[in-house]
Amino acid sequence: MTATLAPVLTRNWGTDRSWTLEEYKAQGGYEALSKAFAMKPEEVISEVKDSGLRGRGGAGFPTGMKWSFVPQDNPKPKYLVVNGDESEPGTCKDIPLLMASPHTLIEGVIISAYAINAHTAFIYVRGEVVHPIRRMQRAIEEAYEAGLLGKNILGSGFDLDVIVHAGAGAYICGEETALLNSLEGLRGQPRLRPPFPAVAGLYQSPTVVNNVESIASVPSIIKYGKDWFAGMGTEKSQGFTIYSLSGHVRRPGQYEAPFGITMRQLLTMAGGIRTGHELKFFTPGGSSTPILTADHLDTVMDFESLAGLGTMLGTKAMQVFDDTTSVIRTTLRWVEFYKHESCGKCTPCREGTWWLVQLLTKLEAGQGEEGDVDKLLNVADTITGKSFCPLVEGAVACVTSAVKYFREEFEIGYTTPAWEHLPYEKSALFTIADKEVRS
Amino acid sequence: MSGHDDYTHTGSVDMTDNSTRIDQEAIDQLTALVGKYPQKRSALLPMLHYVQAIDGRVSPRGIEVCAEILDITPAQVAGVATFYTMYKRRPAGKHHIGVCTTALCAVMGGDALLETVERKLGITTEQTTEDGMFSLEKVECNAACDFAPVMMVNWEFMDNMTPEKAEQLLDDLAEGREVHSTRGPQITSWADSEKVLAGINDGKADEGPSAGTPSLEGVRLAAEKGWTGTPDAESQKGGDS
Repeated sequence: MTATLAPVLTRNWGTDRSWTLEEYKAQGGYEALSKAFAMKPEEVISEVKDSGLRGRGGAGFPTGMKWSFVPQDNPKPKYLVVNGDESEPGTCKDIPLLMASPHTLIEGVIISAYAINAHTAFIYVRGEVVHPIRRMQRAIEEAYEAGLLGKNILGSGFDLDVIVHAGAGAYICGEETALLNSLEGLRGQPRLRPPFPAVAGLYQSPTVVNNVESIASVPSIIKYGKDWFAGMGTEKSQGFTIYSLSGHVRRPGQYEAPFGITMRQLLTMAGGIRTGHELKFFTPGGSSTPILTADHLDTVMDFESLAGLGTMLGTKAMQVFDDTTSVIRTTLRWVEFYKHESCGKCTPCREGTWWLVQLLTKLEAGQGEEGDVDKLLNVADTITGKSFCPLVEGAVACVTSAVKYFREEFEIGYTTPAWEHLPYEKSALFTIADKEVRS
Repeated sequence: MSGHDDYTHTGSVDMTDNSTRIDQEAIDQLTALVGKYPQKRSALLPMLHYVQAIDGRVSPRGIEVCAEILDITPAQVAGVATFYTMYKRRPAGKHHIGVCTTALCAVMGGDALLETVERKLGITTEQTTEDGMFSLEKVECNAACDFAPVMMVNWEFMDNMTPEKAEQLLDDLAEGREVHSTRGPQITSWADSEKVLAGINDGKADEGPSAGTPSLEGVRLAAEKGWTGTPDAESQKGGDS
C-alpha cells in the first residue's frame, strides 16, 4: 500500500497569521458550526460516533460513545473539559495546534458542547507553554467579539462560555480525574473510578474530558461527513491522526496521515535515521508505551496492530533513538520522570518508581550486581496494576520492554558504566553529529 | 513530588520571609480572577500564578490573601502551592531558565546544555543568581521533542539549542539586549509570563510565527507530493507550500 499524508488539522498551520479568526474563516473555518447548529445535538453525537473517531490522548476510547454516556436527565450543569496538559514524553502535537490554529479547537469545543448540552467549557493547558496559552486567550476573545461564544451563538439559541485555564506543572494532571481535581483548585491527584467523569466529574457534575486533538477533529467530521472520515484509516482505527516523530531522524516533526501507515513509511517521510547510523529503538506512542525495535518497522501504526505487539498507539509520539544511544540511560531518565511526576497518593507508584531509579542508577554507573536485572523486573511486576491511575504502568513499560529487547546491555551494567559502553557525546546533535544533518 | 529528600525544590513555603508587594490593587486583581469560574476555588491555580508575578514567589502574604478570598484555610492553599512544580517557594530570577533533561532531550544534548548553563551562571538547578537575574530549573518534557534539545526562558520556547546558542542567549539577557523566543514573543520577564498564566492577556498573541519548521514538515512534504487531506483541498494539489 502506498502511504500518503493527509493534512487536515495541520493544513493551515503554515499560513500567515493562521491563529487569527480572519484567517481561519478565510480557509472555511466555522462552516462546520453552522452545519452542526442545523442538526439536533443527538444527531451530532451519532455523526461523531459513526465516524469512528477515537480519543487521541492515549487511550483511544470512542469519542462519540463517551459523549453518549452523559446522563441528560441529570439536572446538574454539564461540562466539557479539553485536556491540553500535553506532557507525555515525546508528545508534541497539541501545543503546535493551540499555537497555530486555536480556532480549530474553539470550533470543535462549541460543536462538542452543543452535542452534550454543556454551557461552560474549559480548556486546561499545561502551564509551561505561555505562547500557546496567549494565542488561545486571544482567539477566545475574538470568538466572543464575533458572537461565536457567549449568549445565543449565531442566533442558534445556544449559550456557551469557554475558559482557558493554565496548569502549574504536573504531568499527572493529564490523567482526567487528576485534571478535574486540579481544575477545582485542589492538588492534582487522581480519583477512584467509578464514578466516571461522565456521571460525576467537575463539581460532581456530568463532565466530558477529551484531548485537544480529539475535539479539534470534530469540525472536519461535521463539515465533510462521517463517511469521509471513516473512509480513511483501517477497519477499527478510522480517520487520520497526527504522528509526532522526534529524535535521531533527519526531519523530526508532525506528520498527519490516515491510520494504516507503517513506522517504516513514517520514518522514510522524516528523512530516515541521521547519516551513518541505524535505528536502535523507538516508542510508538510516548514513553508510557513499551518500546519497539528495528524488527517492528513494518508495523501498522494503529490501535490494534500495536496492541498486538504488546504495546500501544498512545499519543502517536515516536521518539526515535539510533545505535549510539544507551538504553539504560534513556530508561533511567524516563523512570526518573515518572518518579518526579508521581503524585504520591499510591504507595506502589510513589515508592516503586524510587526503587526502579535506584537500581537503574547503579546499572548506569556500571555498579550493578548479578541479579539486578531480575530485581528490576521483580520490582516492576510488584508495583504494576496497584494504583488509582496508570502512571506507574508507564514507568513499568519503559523498564520491562527495554529489558525484553536489550537484556544483555543491562547486564553490561554489572561491570561497565553505560557512558563507557556507549559514549554519550556521540548521541548529541551538536558534538559528533554534523551540522548538515539538521540543516 | 513524592516527598523524598532528594528533591530540593520540595518542602514548605518559606514562612520566614514575610516581604510582600501585594497591595490593594493586587488583591482586587486576585478577586477578579475568581469571577471567571462557576465555583470560586477553581481560581486558586491562576491566583497563585498571580501571587508569584507580584512577589516573585509564593509568599506567606499571598497564601493568606488567597485563603481569605476563597474562604479556605492557609494550609489548604499551601497544600496546593507545594504540589505543583511551577510554584516557586524561593524567589525566582528576573528570567527563569529551564533546560529539558528528560530522556530524549538529554540524549540529544540536553545534559551538555545544562552543564553549560550551570557553569555560565555559577548556580545549580533550583537556585537563583545573587543578582536576582536568573533562576534555573531542570524541566521535564516540555512538549517540543521535535525541536530537541529544548530550553525555556520564562516558559517561552528556545528550540534546537546548542551550548554556543545558550551562552549567547544568557549574555543577551544579562545585558538587557532584545531577545525573542524562537516561536514566540520578545522575552520580558518571568513575572510577566506568570501574569499571562493567571489569565491576564498581555496582547502579544500576534508576535512570533504560526509554527516552527518541524511542526510543518508533514504539510511541506504533502504539498510537494500533491497529497491532500480534505476534499476541498484538491485544487491545492501540486501547489507549493
